[in-house]
Amino acid sequence: MSEHLIVRVVSKMLIPFILLFALYVQMHGDYGPGGGFQAGVIFATAFIIYAIVFGVKRAIRVMPLTVLTAMVSLGLVLYAMVGFVSLAAGGTFLDYGALDSHDPVHGQHLGIIIIELGVGITVAGVLTAIFFTFAERWQK
Amino acid sequence: MERLHVIVLVILLIALAVTLIRLRSLLAIAILTGVYSLIMAVVYTLLDAVDVAFTEAVVGAGITLTLMLAAISLTTRSETKPGKRTKQRAVGAVTALAAGMALIYATTDMPGLGDADAPVHLHVAPYYIEVGPIETGVPNIVTAILASYRGFDTLGEVAVIFTAGISVMALLWRWGKDDR
Repeated sequence: MSEHLIVRVVSKMLIPFILLFALYVQMHGDYGPGGGFQAGVIFATAFIIYAIVFGVKRAIRVMPLTVLTAMVSLGLVLYAMVGFVSLAAGGTFLDYGALDSHDPVHGQHLGIIIIELGVGITVAGVLTAIFFTFAERWQK
Repeated sequence: MERLHVIVLVILLIALAVTLIRLRSLLAIAILTGVYSLIMAVVYTLLDAVDVAFTEAVVGAGITLTLMLAAISLTTRSETKPGKRTKQRAVGAVTALAAGMALIYATTDMPGLGDADAPVHLHVAPYYIEVGPIETGVPNIVTAILASYRGFDTLGEVAVIFTAGISVMALLWRWGKDDR
């Protein structure tokens, strides 16, 4: 679709703001609506728009498959690691209160932010990967 | 006033559903399904379920629509015309009607909307509302419940998403066949 001038220019202008909004939703999930899942979907949308407008080949050059597979696993590992760290710190599995020995509330907040980040990374990776996998079959 | 809004939106949803049944163009069906999700998101917002509305908007109207369009562009744009299988159609209609009647009958037993004495509001919800923000330091109770009190469930959900993504890539991606 890269021959459409307006679509190309507007999407190029929008993509940074979409990414920024995804990061806002990610980091503000504990104060407002949203969280890792929604942020991950919005983050993936930016790459999907790029793939639709500029072609999957270029999108894969921006977001290589190796990075995507790493993201898909990294999020889940990050989430599970929080559980094991809290286990090692003397709490139960995923008991974020144990993450900070002085202030359990602070530990809870920290744990929630990290696991939401894990959710966001995995969701963004999976959705981008699924779209790329489908879209890659357009061009034979 | 809010009730009126919800009624108008539900009428819109019914009209959309009837249109969806009658349409044959898969492209139009996919787009209208996205519209359906967007209206549902507005309904959730009116019911003060902002987090659910957000998810419905980004997933239902956003990503599902995109993936559907990607799938349509790989297959075909319009549904094949069904033959005149009157018997099967009659069985389907009777089943759908019976299931619909059963569901409507079941709603008569449901507690009223926003009823403070509903069972779901008497179990652990008061505890979460009372001490959730104090225990977790997170003002958004939905996030506190999902991430902390229901941490195991969310870990399981992430594992499901992970599995789905890995499976799609393993099955459909043409590894090693391209010139990367």
